[in-house]
Amino acid sequence: MSNWLVVVGIGLGTYAMRLSFIGLLGTRPMPAWAQRPLRFVAPAVLAALVVPAVTLSEGAIDVTPLGNPRFLAAAVAALVAWRLKNVAGVIVVGMGLLWALQAIG
Amino acid sequence: MSPRSALFDGMRSVLPLLIGVVPFGLIFGVTAAGSAIGGGLGYASSLIIFAGAAQLATVQLLTAGSAAVVVIATALVINARHLMYSAALAPHFREFPTRWRLALPYILTDQAFAVSISKYDVDTDPDYKRWFFFGGAISLWTTWQVTSVAGVVLGESIPESWSLDFAIPLVFLALLVPALKDRPSVVAAAVGGSVALLAHDVSYDLGLLIGSLMGIAAGVAAERLAS
Repeated sequence: MSNWLVVVGIGLGTYAMRLSFIGLLGTRPMPAWAQRPLRFVAPAVLAALVVPAVTLSEGAIDVTPLGNPRFLAAAVAALVAWRLKNVAGVIVVGMGLLWALQAIG
Repeated sequence: MSPRSALFDGMRSVLPLLIGVVPFGLIFGVTAAGSAIGGGLGYASSLIIFAGAAQLATVQLLTAGSAAVVVIATALVINARHLMYSAALAPHFREFPTRWRLALPYILTDQAFAVSISKYDVDTDPDYKRWFFFGGAISLWTTWQVTSVAGVVLGESIPESWSLDFAIPLVFLALLVPALKDRPSVVAAAVGGSVALLAHDVSYDLGLLIGSLMGIAAGVAAERLAS
């Protein structure tokens, strides 16, 4: 039950942020001091999601190819993301490499 | 220009972006179905929240048993970029009927914002703007709903040995790399990632929030130093 309340709370909060300036009738622009931090939300949040997920193995930092194949697979996938800018390609390469390393290990 | 052609223009403009949305939606559904919160609530979040990265983080944190307030705060920080989109779109939406101004924000996404703002001009007809946005945004919304349901259905038959949960950081990685546009954003990512990693021992679920906030602060500081 409380999980449902959390989802509804996030939904309402997200809608409120999407509506915010559109809902206010004026054309008041967003002040620069508020705009500046928002520019860094994407890189900061995404890195905070990715880094622990690919460097931790059973709660400890491990970046060896066989101890934690996810790190190497993610590093190569990052190169693909940089060169190809294609989400599907990143997933195919990353998953493929993880499976290959798991098969060796 | 008729509403119909503006609608189709909007739909056409998001077509190439759907290639990225389809695997993301499927993976979200598969992950939700395999997690402690289950496919039902997972899918409901596609309707209620309708923001992929925040939905995935929510599933992850709820499965880890994080406190409700931590989950909500984290998801809202992830979604805070919508404030910026709303501010940028507001002058263009000003002449829309009230009903539209209330309804369109529900289907506002990164992609719908990007295609619309690049299409809008000061003298673009408001009717065109309205139908164009609707066409693009509703295509993205529909694709997200269909693929996340398909993922939930598929998810129940996928064995754990496939390590499909790894697709989640891969999706985030695919979004992260193009967000590293300049030096301050690289600093934001480096600090966000390392703080989240170092903080995982304290508490994994708070680490995400603390890392994000420190990363944002570091980006602002780096930008100020550079100017």
